[in-house]
Amino acid sequence: MIPSLHLVAPVFATDPLYAKGIGWIVLLIVLVKVLVVFGALMVSVMLMIWFERKVISDMQSRIGPNRAGPFGIAQTLADGLKLFFKEDLIPDKADRFVFKLAPYLTVIPAFLAFAIVPIGGEVTLFGHTFELQLADPPMGILFLLAVSAIGVYGIMLAGWASGSKYPLLGSVRASAQMISYEAALGMTVVMVVLVTGSLSTRAIVNAQAAHLWQWNAIRLAVVPFLIFFIAVVAETNRPPFDLVEADQELVGGFHTEYSSIRFALFFLAEFMSTITMSAFTVTLFFGGPDGPVPHIPYIAWIFPILWFLGKTLVFLFVFVWLRAALPRLRYDQLMDLGWKKLIPLSLGWLLIVAGFVINGWWGVAMVASVVVGSVLLTRAFSIGSERESTRAVVPQVGLRLWSRAEQQPPTSPTEGGDR
Amino acid sequence: MLSVVVTAAHPTIPDVGVFAVAAAIILAGAIGVVVARNPVHSALMLVMTLFGVAVMFVLQQASFLAAVQVIVYAGAIVVLFLFVIMFLGVDREEDIAAERLRGQRPLAIALVFLGTTGLLLLGEVSKWTTGQPHVAGIDTGAPNVNLIGKSLYTTYLFPFEATSALLIIAVVGAVVLARRPPVVATTSDDVTSPDLSEDEDAVSDASVADVANVADGTEVDA
Repeated sequence: MIPSLHLVAPVFATDPLYAKGIGWIVLLIVLVKVLVVFGALMVSVMLMIWFERKVISDMQSRIGPNRAGPFGIAQTLADGLKLFFKEDLIPDKADRFVFKLAPYLTVIPAFLAFAIVPIGGEVTLFGHTFELQLADPPMGILFLLAVSAIGVYGIMLAGWASGSKYPLLGSVRASAQMISYEAALGMTVVMVVLVTGSLSTRAIVNAQAAHLWQWNAIRLAVVPFLIFFIAVVAETNRPPFDLVEADQELVGGFHTEYSSIRFALFFLAEFMSTITMSAFTVTLFFGGPDGPVPHIPYIAWIFPILWFLGKTLVFLFVFVWLRAALPRLRYDQLMDLGWKKLIPLSLGWLLIVAGFVINGWWGVAMVASVVVGSVLLTRAFSIGSERESTRAVVPQVGLRLWSRAEQQPPTSPTEGGDR
Repeated sequence: MLSVVVTAAHPTIPDVGVFAVAAAIILAGAIGVVVARNPVHSALMLVMTLFGVAVMFVLQQASFLAAVQVIVYAGAIVVLFLFVIMFLGVDREEDIAAERLRGQRPLAIALVFLGTTGLLLLGEVSKWTTGQPHVAGIDTGAPNVNLIGKSLYTTYLFPFEATSALLIIAVVGAVVLARRPPVVATTSDDVTSPDLSEDEDAVSDASVADVANVADGTEVDA
């Protein structure tokens, strides 16, 4: 009855490593994978911080770090070592346990998310064929959403546990922002899953292989990729969405009270999630490790990794570029962009994509209905904003709570409340 | 799912180990929610419990449910709880150690004891716990999502749609409850020249009310 069901054919993408059962060699391979991913992430965070500082200083006609090591490449290492030896302060009013817990709640999810990124193709070693990817769980890309949901706690609790007002304000902002943009993010991920027919990141990458126009960025007509990337920048609290740590308003934001290595952990987490999210942009929309591979024996497996790294580097540069080029948004602009533009746009686009997955006619019908629907909505909004100014509407919503607190009905302007 | 039945019949050592750890996490979290003095700590303990349940889902090979459990419950609902707690300052102002209801602790212990005994007895005497192990169809090796999606949009379409209608009703209800019945209009001058400080108060209250609404709405979902 429903024609789309057979289209969502199961695309099996389990790691062939586990096909022959789990022995010591398999365990060893997994262990090596874990260590390599961990080490590579740590090193790339170090390089990323250096890269960001260098690129930004180039864009601002400065020299940037140039003392430690060649081109100042060891600057991050030096900073990290320095932070280790700084005094570790815990404010008097802090909730000690949560204060100590929060940095780890930020760092660990940032690490975990990278586990499902396909870094390269398949490799055969000791008679075992395995994927260059730490894990390929059946829940696939949902793992990313779950893990980034946990990441919110770190920032939220850090602000609360500091027992100080600026961090609290910063963390309330952060959680509101991250929850808002997670909706648009999830919607674009749904589109990718819809055309792939599987949640597994390996299957998503495989579905994009071979042709350039199979890349989801092109296949879904660019818009979902743009929504995803904007949402990702907001999700990682990077400029121009870094209201979480808006210096002029909030001192340092949620990590104002943190010092020493605990502060370094927040710093680490921020850059790590930048890298992870760039990698996910590549995985979801740009074919991951897909690219032309020359048939050279023994080293052919390196090329997909190089493709993956190259593409990721492009997005890392874009992150830095955005920081150098764009001013920070105001809070209401941020919320407007998230709720009034990105979410409706992604919902409409999702309908259209779903229509085209079934067949062309459904697609055209969905385009028509989305256009008609958005015109009607725009008209409704404009009528609504003409009739009652927001000033008249907004206080009304809060009146009930207010009167309960004050025990006397306020004589504030409550005009034009005709439902 | 068929494989669940198989593993339930012959649990391997890793299975038992994972179950034991997850059960310990769930129980510790659940007890923590009740025992913790600070509402924020309670909320964190709740997250721990939900996480343990997600692990249990993975153990049952329901990986989709596990992911959704973390995304929806830990990622959205408890975050909103925390949001409200932080915003309203419940943790600083209200002394939750003070008991409003006398004798609730012994009563709670007695009820838990009775309930557990009853469950154990029922499980021993009758076969009521061994129902159908699956509602989404026999596990054919197809991914979770396909099975769940298929049964949600075919067999269980009506309950599914009814649930979404219920959620909408809950949201609308929350908005209506938070909204004061319109005061009889005075003059339109009041709107154009409101007192600035008063206006600001009202706006901040409005945002608090919004947060409370969202929390109400999701509570129904939970």
